[in-house]
Amino acid sequence: MSFQRKDLLGMEDLSSEEIIFILDTAKSFREILERPIKMVPTLRGKTVANLFFEPSTRTRLSFELAEKRLNAAVLSFSSLGSSVAKGETLLDTAKNILAMKVDCFVLRHTSPGTPHLLARELDVSVINAGDGAHEHPTQALLDLYTIRERKGRVEGLKMAIVGDISHSRVARSNIWGMVKLGAEVRICGPPTLIPPDIERMGAKVFYSPEKALQGVDVVMMLRIQKERQTRGLVPSVNEYKEFFSLTEERLDLARKDALVMHPGPVNRGVELPARIADGERSIILDQVTNGVAVRMAILYLLLGKRRQGRVK
Amino acid sequence: MALLIKGGRLIDPASGRDEELDILIEEGKIGKIARDIRALGRRIIDASGKVVSPGFIDLHTHLRQPGREDEETIETGSRAAAKGGFTTVCAMPNTEPPVDDPSLVEFVYGEARRCALVEVLPIATITAGRKGKDLSSMGRLSRAGAVAFSDDGEWVSDSNLMRRALEYVKMLNLPLISHCEDKALSQEGVMNEGYCSTTLGLSGMPKQAEEVAVFRDLVLLGMTGSRLHVAHLSTSRGVELVREAKREGLRVTSEVTPHHLALTDREVRSFNTNTKMNPPLREEEDVAALKQGLKDGTIDIIATDHAPHAFEEKEVDYVMAPFGITSLETALGLVIRELLEKGTLTLMEILAKMTVNPARILGMAIGRIEEGARADLAIFDPKKTWKVREEEFLSRSTNSPFIGWELPGKMAWTIAGGRVIYQGSK
Repeated sequence: MSFQRKDLLGMEDLSSEEIIFILDTAKSFREILERPIKMVPTLRGKTVANLFFEPSTRTRLSFELAEKRLNAAVLSFSSLGSSVAKGETLLDTAKNILAMKVDCFVLRHTSPGTPHLLARELDVSVINAGDGAHEHPTQALLDLYTIRERKGRVEGLKMAIVGDISHSRVARSNIWGMVKLGAEVRICGPPTLIPPDIERMGAKVFYSPEKALQGVDVVMMLRIQKERQTRGLVPSVNEYKEFFSLTEERLDLARKDALVMHPGPVNRGVELPARIADGERSIILDQVTNGVAVRMAILYLLLGKRRQGRVK
Repeated sequence: MALLIKGGRLIDPASGRDEELDILIEEGKIGKIARDIRALGRRIIDASGKVVSPGFIDLHTHLRQPGREDEETIETGSRAAAKGGFTTVCAMPNTEPPVDDPSLVEFVYGEARRCALVEVLPIATITAGRKGKDLSSMGRLSRAGAVAFSDDGEWVSDSNLMRRALEYVKMLNLPLISHCEDKALSQEGVMNEGYCSTTLGLSGMPKQAEEVAVFRDLVLLGMTGSRLHVAHLSTSRGVELVREAKREGLRVTSEVTPHHLALTDREVRSFNTNTKMNPPLREEEDVAALKQGLKDGTIDIIATDHAPHAFEEKEVDYVMAPFGITSLETALGLVIRELLEKGTLTLMEILAKMTVNPARILGMAIGRIEEGARADLAIFDPKKTWKVREEEFLSRSTNSPFIGWELPGKMAWTIAGGRVIYQGSK
């Protein structure tokens, strides 16, 4: 098959064939990362603008590295502070940067649907690098890549995602991706952090990690956001830890060869003790390495043949 | 000059009349209703093949003046109203400043006299500054001409204050209109809470925010024996609560907007900010319940909740965008499409909910076609369709999710006080 999309906005609208195609494409880029010279001329002459309206280290660096290793010209813009003032000018900011002739936007924003807004209004490729609690497709793709690399397959695996599901774009994108590829997805967290009707996405809901982790092949822990629990969703971080952090005892309920994942940044000692995060079942750093390869593949698939963008 | 409307199908819900009759308008009033009135050199409107209805009455319009004249003014809003077949609109008081003082009621009347094509009736706030702390001067506001009270956009969350408001308004015999939304539940929500909000990662406004508020208001209504009008019902349970209260004999009336009949929260998947409104678009089962509520009389009226916003305000991300859509011009088309064409209501029933029923809530003898009444008429072709185009809105704002839709019910003429205030294209 060939990949015909202008944008990568979410996992929800990707078919399983497209997902597999991206993952297969990423394999060849993963090999490049093992070479002494980790650069290819694939996107020479193309310009990618990274627009980050929310703090990010890992994702931003991963994209920048992917772009540079493909020989694209890279423009990075990050603007924090009042999302109100920024939101008003998002489209304008994007139009101005596009007027300088770029081929692709990589957008991270606090508000769901912002990459869709740019994709709809502008004739340029848009990659969603995380939009609020909506989607984070490149994260899900790198997670799928890493699971597939370790387990040889995704179909038939059992995965538990534990933590603040309500505010997690990673959880949503992973549920779509894992379910599409035939895995069983269990989500687990306090009921106040599980959004309504999420079962309809194809996930099973658990309030107890002891039950959720029974016999799973993959455990994905999510960061618990400290500012969130002040909003009265969880009584305290300590209580959360007691009920939901990944202990050795809980991890023993999973399969012997279970993998431990985390999209980062880890609250060491909160959702994940340092010993497990650094332990032999943890593949957290593999996720990070593979992230670069997966993003190279996505940039290649979107921009490899596309012409320069322009304002509609 | 006398005006003769010939050959139209006159539908007057107040009298139940539905027949082909001519109407002679003299000195702004309906002079005569009869078969085959002779022309005698009068100006003739050929209404054959069209429906002649009382001009519509909107109990829920945001005209934005004073304060947000960039979004709408009394003048531009009245033009939009005229295009939609409305001859009377009730202006919600959530302006800047809010209409909580007699001088502001007078300002609205003054502006309307100066430049409005339709009758503009000001609604005043329930509480001073819409702050939910103290009662506004409801007596003085009523004397200045306020036709109802509402803190629309805000629910009076203080139960004691709402009790006193309901009690006090009894001596004025005016309706209290409640925006039923418990903000402790809806919080920072931007759409209906449910499967769609879950997949989109947008904060939800649970249906219970409406239901809790409706229930409390009805309890207080029972306690006070007052009158209450529930604005823009959007949930199945909300309808059920009002139905039950009516069965118990409480003096409650309620409304629904055309867009809550036509759309569900699935539309938000487009991230089109013109699908963002409050109350938010709900789900199929709610739409069905709203239609059932209209059919069995639980819901008395259709009101637009016309909420114009400047293009720039909606040209932002979904979270940032303000709530509301421009809706005076699409109201008739949507209700014909959703209620008449889908067989829920007859045209007579629909028009009752847009004319005589809102008039009754206001306690006014308008919204009817009878000899001696003010000549306010909407003349339209219920079958003829028109396309909603952004550039054709008469409202100052174009924030409509229906742009591009083909709607039935093309307006041919709108007549207010005997004057043609809108004439549609052929």
